[in-house]
Amino acid sequence: MTSTAVGSAALEVGDLRVTFAAGDAEVQAVRGVSYRLARGQVLGIVGESGSGKSASALAAMGLLPPSATVEGSIKLDGTELVGLDDRELSSLRGSAIAMVFQDPLSALTPVYTIGDQVSEALLVHNDMSKDQAAARTVELLEAVGIPEAAKRAKAFPHEFSGGMRQRVMIAMAMANDPDVIVADEPTTALDVTIQAQVLEALRNAREATGAAIVLVTHDLSVVAGFADVIAVMYAGRIVETGTVDEVFYAPRMPYTIGLLGAIPRIDAGARRPLVPIDGSPPSLVDMPPGCPFAPRCPLALEICRQVEPELLAVTGSSHRAACHRSDDVAEQHLTPERIFEVASIPPAAAAAVPRSERPVVLELDDMVRHYPLYKGAVFKRRVGTVHAVDGIGLDIREGETLGLVGESGCGKTTTLLQILELAAADRGRVVVLGRDTAELDSDARRALRRDISVVFQDPLASLDPRMPVSDIIAEPLRTHGRSKEQIARRVRELLPLVGLDPEHASRYPQQFSGGQRQRIAIARALALQPRLLLLDEPVSALDVSIQAGIVNLLDELRARLGLSYLFVAHDLSVVRQIADRIAVMYLGRIAEIGEVQDVYAAPAHPYTQALLSAIPVPDPRKERRRRRIVLQGDMPSPANPPSGCRFRTRCQKFAVLDDERRRACLDSDPALVEVSEDHAAACHYAEKVPVV
Amino acid sequence: MNRLVLNQEGGAGDRAPLDETRAASRFGLIVRRFGQRRLAVAGLAVLVGLFALAFVGPLLSRWSYTSHDFDAFLQGPSATHWFGTTQGGADVFAQTMRGMQKSLIIGLLVALLSTTLAAVVGAFAGYLGGWVDRVLMWFVDLLLVIPSFLILAIMSPAFRGKTWLLFVILLAAFIWMVTARIVRGMTISLREREYVLAARYMGVSTPRIIFRHILPNISSLLIIDATINVSIAIISETGLSYFGFGVQSPEVSLGTLIAAGTNDAVTYPWLFMFAAGLLVLIVLSVNVVGDGLRDAIDPTSKHS
Repeated sequence: MTSTAVGSAALEVGDLRVTFAAGDAEVQAVRGVSYRLARGQVLGIVGESGSGKSASALAAMGLLPPSATVEGSIKLDGTELVGLDDRELSSLRGSAIAMVFQDPLSALTPVYTIGDQVSEALLVHNDMSKDQAAARTVELLEAVGIPEAAKRAKAFPHEFSGGMRQRVMIAMAMANDPDVIVADEPTTALDVTIQAQVLEALRNAREATGAAIVLVTHDLSVVAGFADVIAVMYAGRIVETGTVDEVFYAPRMPYTIGLLGAIPRIDAGARRPLVPIDGSPPSLVDMPPGCPFAPRCPLALEICRQVEPELLAVTGSSHRAACHRSDDVAEQHLTPERIFEVASIPPAAAAAVPRSERPVVLELDDMVRHYPLYKGAVFKRRVGTVHAVDGIGLDIREGETLGLVGESGCGKTTTLLQILELAAADRGRVVVLGRDTAELDSDARRALRRDISVVFQDPLASLDPRMPVSDIIAEPLRTHGRSKEQIARRVRELLPLVGLDPEHASRYPQQFSGGQRQRIAIARALALQPRLLLLDEPVSALDVSIQAGIVNLLDELRARLGLSYLFVAHDLSVVRQIADRIAVMYLGRIAEIGEVQDVYAAPAHPYTQALLSAIPVPDPRKERRRRRIVLQGDMPSPANPPSGCRFRTRCQKFAVLDDERRRACLDSDPALVEVSEDHAAACHYAEKVPVV
Repeated sequence: MNRLVLNQEGGAGDRAPLDETRAASRFGLIVRRFGQRRLAVAGLAVLVGLFALAFVGPLLSRWSYTSHDFDAFLQGPSATHWFGTTQGGADVFAQTMRGMQKSLIIGLLVALLSTTLAAVVGAFAGYLGGWVDRVLMWFVDLLLVIPSFLILAIMSPAFRGKTWLLFVILLAAFIWMVTARIVRGMTISLREREYVLAARYMGVSTPRIIFRHILPNISSLLIIDATINVSIAIISETGLSYFGFGVQSPEVSLGTLIAAGTNDAVTYPWLFMFAAGLLVLIVLSVNVVGDGLRDAIDPTSKHS
């Protein structure tokens, strides 16, 4: 992992500049990026959306659209790539330099088999027979961990899951022993347990080929354990670079420091508010002079606004930072909390009352949601059932946040939508604020809607693009018959409450940044002063520095307004930050439920243990020491769940049990059993094990 | 009807702005944004001007569209006959004005009626789904396979002598179906959008969701459809009139005038030139207004 020995550079990028022509304007996506990468070295390029990290990687592959102008130099083993025509580049692409894309579904051709596509990568660059290529393909697929590779090679891309497809992409990338593999957000679209599998495959690919890897990502934690060298990008430039240890343990640029403080961590001690970085990245059209981060930087001086700092060495040879104040940062040992303003969040009034004495705002009891599967066009016959939610029970008390977590397809969003329907479930009970939803008539249901509202994942999709913000926020008020004066007053109250300028009420959602849009969605949800807020992945579409602000806002609103949250998320570190209790779902069931401190400290269900162990932490030394539980395979289809315990097909514990003890897992479905007070797990062999 | 159209185009037509100084409502914003588009405002002015000309023009002329001047057959434009005369001595200006009254009303009314019908039927079918969708689409398909011309031909004797507004309704009834199907398809894709879900879980009623969220988001299609329908209506009215249905002598429309004048277009150009020119002007300004309205409603449009 620390093969930082500088041999001949596999990839050397010098003063790379990428400019996109957009109408009359020029977007300077990359503004002078330089780095040098030896064979076998891993460089992590980290940055938020719009920082130019992907454009700089795509430039190396020559894959930018024709509207882009590339200047500077990209040397691959001494061969200059900039200025080569497409035909010359094609002979290098795939053989000397290979790419792993973010979305493996669109990167594979749907009409050819997986095997054919990997073989094609071999045949294009090598003089070998088809049989040889097929044999090599199976080897490659085995190398990236595809089970039954010979058989699976004949399958089509749609028969593979996202994680498997990404591994196929890695197999294709390593097919010709490239010198450099560029991976552009290779795990962003994947669940955390699958992310662990894919990173493992990428690690194997590096060992097998000795290639240098450029890993482009927005996730600092992924880089911490995987990369040797890191480059933090902001507004088209590298603002800090060095070995992972240097950058993570002694950051010198306020932006890097802010990013590190904004990440919610599963390994942190007591809960503290995250450090948000106010503002948003600058537009890359007509950049003002000075440091591009200056408008968001609390340390900015006059010089920062006038002169853009050079990327200069700070300590040793490799650690460099572009900041006028990097020496001050080092001298004063500035931490994220000391640089950026962190709101102190008042304790919730409800927290003073013991949990058992607080009223229950939401109760699910053995709730079931099944979807029928039909076949046939004219005469539909039922051929199966999707067990989306298969009997879950939980309760939320006033002033409390329950985090509902699980991988995609586990039924967490179905649960949320079923609650929002305020209708009878297929089986079991949904009780909202003491009212059983099965017994509501339409008037009572409408009245109950005032007390329960929702915030969706993608704020751009959940706000009507054709409505100005004031109308969007006014809609629930208008629906429930408030007068014009009341509506106008409430809209003016709500905007500052969520940290927006009331002056912007007549703008459209498109004119706001992602974080601001989510604030609008929160304002709309709060308009009627609800008591229960259902949040469906409210921060997962946002950049980490913005996410921190929204998480803090939600935390603060809960305390100030006495709200209760059902927080649905796939990201366990965010849930740890905001939730009091957590319920882990797997395939329509709750695997484990309990207080956040208990569950994170010592999870009892093997699935929770695997989930927590798969989450990377932004701490390189810890990451190197950690032993990961890498789950096998993917989640089975909810249309055909396994017998007995649903998790047994992937369970790391089941794998080491003897046949006699396996009997129970195969035959009987484990019920939720308390392992300690208010901490229950659905496992026959539940055992508390700390994994973080 | 009027309210419906306002809703369809503005969504908030029946409400005053929240607070004039700060938060203009959607309707207010659309009016302001429309006002910023010079071409569209000019188009609207031309359209209003044409309306005024059509109804005020005949009062200025001493000839009526039915009177004949037996001293002037086939005369070119002159001080007495501004647009010239026909073979029978009828005043072309008076006829053109009368024709324009008919054509303007037929064109705009048919477009409005058919687009509204298409929007409402398509959106309800797509949003509600299930049996409502099946029944409505079955009806749409039925109308699509019936040869409309035949039906009009069979039915028109029954309407002879009755108001020609019936003719407007008939025309509209036969051109809305394809649009309704497109609207249904777009609604189905919008129905699952999160902002529609959000509105539903707020307790917003179905008709309100359709008029506030669905239709404004497909307004580009509806506006383009309506502007095309204006010309289609005027032209099909001509076709039908030619075969003896629709506007009948002594009534005239721009269509009948053009049809009558084309035979001698080269030798006696004034017979059809003015009617044709005005028709082009109508269609052009409707298109310009439509474009402006579309840009005003769509906040992502380039010219905002």
